[in-house]
Amino acid sequence: MRPLGPPPTLGHPGRAQPGFGPPRRSGPARPQMPALGPVGPRTAAPPPPAPAPAPEPAPLTAVLAAAARAAAQAAQSAAPPVAGSVAAAGARRDPAPSRWAYRMNRLWLTPAFRAAVRLGGPVALVLLVLGLWLGDADRRAALHGIYVDVREGFQNRPEFMVDFLAIEGASPVLAVSIRRALDLELPMSSFDIDLAAARIEVEAFDAVARAEVRIAPGGILQVDVTEREPAVVWRLPDGLWLLDAEGHRVARLSAREARADLPLIAGEGAERAVPEALMLLAAARPIGPRIRGLVRVGERRWNLVLDRDQTILLPARDPLRALDHALALHRAQGLLERDIVAVDLRLPARITVRLAPGPDGAARIVALNNLPGSRT
Amino acid sequence: MTDLYRAQRAMRQMRRSAIQRGVVAVLDVGTSKIACLILRFDGPEPDRADEAGGALAGQTQFRVIGAATTRARGMRFGAVEAMNETERAIRTVVQSAQKNAGQRVDHVIACLAGGEPRSYGLVGEVALRDTTVGELDIARVLAACDVPDIGPGRDVLHAHPVNFALDNRTGLGDPRGQSGRQLACDMHLLTIDSATVEGLLHCLRRCDLEVAGLASSAYAAGLASLVEDEQELGAACIDMGGGTTSISVFLKKHMICADSLRLGGDHVSLDISKGLELPIAVAERIKTLHGGVQATGMDDREMIDLSGDSGDWERDRRRISRTELIGIMRPRVEEILEEVRGRLDAAGFDHLPGQQIVLTGGASQIPGLDGLAARILGQRVRLGRPLRVQGLPQAATGPGFSAAIGLALFAANPQDEWWDFEAPSALYPAKSLRRAVRWLRENW
Repeated sequence: MRPLGPPPTLGHPGRAQPGFGPPRRSGPARPQMPALGPVGPRTAAPPPPAPAPAPEPAPLTAVLAAAARAAAQAAQSAAPPVAGSVAAAGARRDPAPSRWAYRMNRLWLTPAFRAAVRLGGPVALVLLVLGLWLGDADRRAALHGIYVDVREGFQNRPEFMVDFLAIEGASPVLAVSIRRALDLELPMSSFDIDLAAARIEVEAFDAVARAEVRIAPGGILQVDVTEREPAVVWRLPDGLWLLDAEGHRVARLSAREARADLPLIAGEGAERAVPEALMLLAAARPIGPRIRGLVRVGERRWNLVLDRDQTILLPARDPLRALDHALALHRAQGLLERDIVAVDLRLPARITVRLAPGPDGAARIVALNNLPGSRT
Repeated sequence: MTDLYRAQRAMRQMRRSAIQRGVVAVLDVGTSKIACLILRFDGPEPDRADEAGGALAGQTQFRVIGAATTRARGMRFGAVEAMNETERAIRTVVQSAQKNAGQRVDHVIACLAGGEPRSYGLVGEVALRDTTVGELDIARVLAACDVPDIGPGRDVLHAHPVNFALDNRTGLGDPRGQSGRQLACDMHLLTIDSATVEGLLHCLRRCDLEVAGLASSAYAAGLASLVEDEQELGAACIDMGGGTTSISVFLKKHMICADSLRLGGDHVSLDISKGLELPIAVAERIKTLHGGVQATGMDDREMIDLSGDSGDWERDRRRISRTELIGIMRPRVEEILEEVRGRLDAAGFDHLPGQQIVLTGGASQIPGLDGLAARILGQRVRLGRPLRVQGLPQAATGPGFSAAIGLALFAANPQDEWWDFEAPSALYPAKSLRRAVRWLRENW
């Protein structure tokens, strides 16, 4: 045996690693080719199955002995020198993953498993802890108490308190009744005031056409009311009502003289035809001072009542035109000045007048017919 | 034969479900390295035939999302020799490819070079029942091929219908719908050793992988490294691997012959190791860095340091000229090429219209190999690199990966094989209801 030369680490070739690049081999010698080439001075046996780069400078004799054993195990060229080489290589780490490591790796690469571990695990843990902690009823009650305290403390801060109720646009009587109807115990937190409900409550008043409820800065609950404008007085058997231009009730009226400026209407169902009544009254302005009122007949047509107990019976259809016709007659011939009780316009083709009751009717009819411009 | 038919059909079914899932691995189990590519299938892409390049052999359907390679262990001449070692190597490469892809893969399509592939040409002829050729007629004519005695312990790996003839017209690729009276077919049958296949399948099963296909690496390398015209006109692909050199001959886009030599790049390394008394790893390194087969005057002056750790200082500090190295390598490479020439001659490669020979595989990277091969194999020799596919890392584009990439193409759209057609009812055992349905379909 020769003495060992310089340390064998000098010319140590690199370990083969899995990866790209030209495949490098540092494994055992391949025994499949019979050793025909020049036999090395070191080896007397056929090609050594010992790994070429010995990992550590083991005693040469031991390596040779292992090689000889391995060679004896391996038949000429058939059996692989794997076992022998592994034994000789000793503690060299196998780069291959073990079977279990490989399976675990694959399991970890399974998306469902990965999601379950990463998300499901922590969530389950937190839920478990919470469930255990909240299992006690006292703790739950305490937690709820804390929540309620915090909420009320926040809602009752002075910034959120409402101190005054301001009503604008309403008459004093209406304002008082609105105040009574809302029935707020001020001061109270603005979180406890239901603005929508308050608005509905205010709009429920007959006299209120439209209302807006809002919380103004400075702790004020502002109610802006638009009142209905009374347009006519409606006489019913049990009293007088004020109606607006659309026929909606505004208020009761104690006496007709209180609103003598408004025209009077009467009859059942009159409130549903207020716009028409207003239109007729506007058209009848030429005889305005004589008008006493409009009476709804049978909930379908109007009678225009004048003083001296005169009545103009208007048709259900197109009363305005009929009224214009009557007024034109009046203008031309002074119809309403005459001694008649009623002008019946219900049949548009035939206007009928009724004389006041009295003697000598026929003579008066002749006198009427003989007036200039009248047709027989 | 029916068992095999079923097994292959099951594999096809597996492949279909794997592609539906979207991820499949291809595994090239070689003698010196194992390569694994993980492919993701995103469904068929829009037709890009109008762009330059035309129909790209189906590789636009998939994308390589993970690639890894590792040193093969326990393999010899392309066959599994030590099963535990091979299993470990497969585990290593699959795990690192999975890590690269960030995704687990359950289905694998594997190829292997060993097992002594043998080619057979089969002929079958059948009279048509109808005047037009239908799917069932093709199945019948394929089933009518007279199977030669492939010997005990061998399995059919590929059975490609290569050519169809209708009456007196031959050279039909797809006779379906054509009319005639007599349908004949030529089939190429490739058989390999059952024990080799069993060994590989066992290793894959031990790695918890489902096998979705098996192919010969000669076929796969031909798919990847021959261009379309070469496949059409006739060409041979020589896949020079570590332990085996595989030969596949293509004509009209079908493999018509395959063969394999038990000689490869490892033998060159072994020669260097023996001749220069070096460790094999060092010999491999010197071969890779300084190897060649054509010596020039310049090479006399280029000195190579040989390292070693024998402990003998004089011995570990030797220097040789590159000419000496070439002198060791060249005879072995010549021997391999001569052997290839012999195999090609025996297969009748001379009679093909195209005489192109494409060298690929890891051992084809020796500088000057094309010149040497042209002297031995004929003038029409070129070095082939695999087709470029989407997502392939630069490190995996070399000729050593042509089998893996060919396998990816095979996974994307495999050519029709015998088992892709429904077997005629005579071959089917039992299952009376299915037989009744089949009878109805055949006769109505």
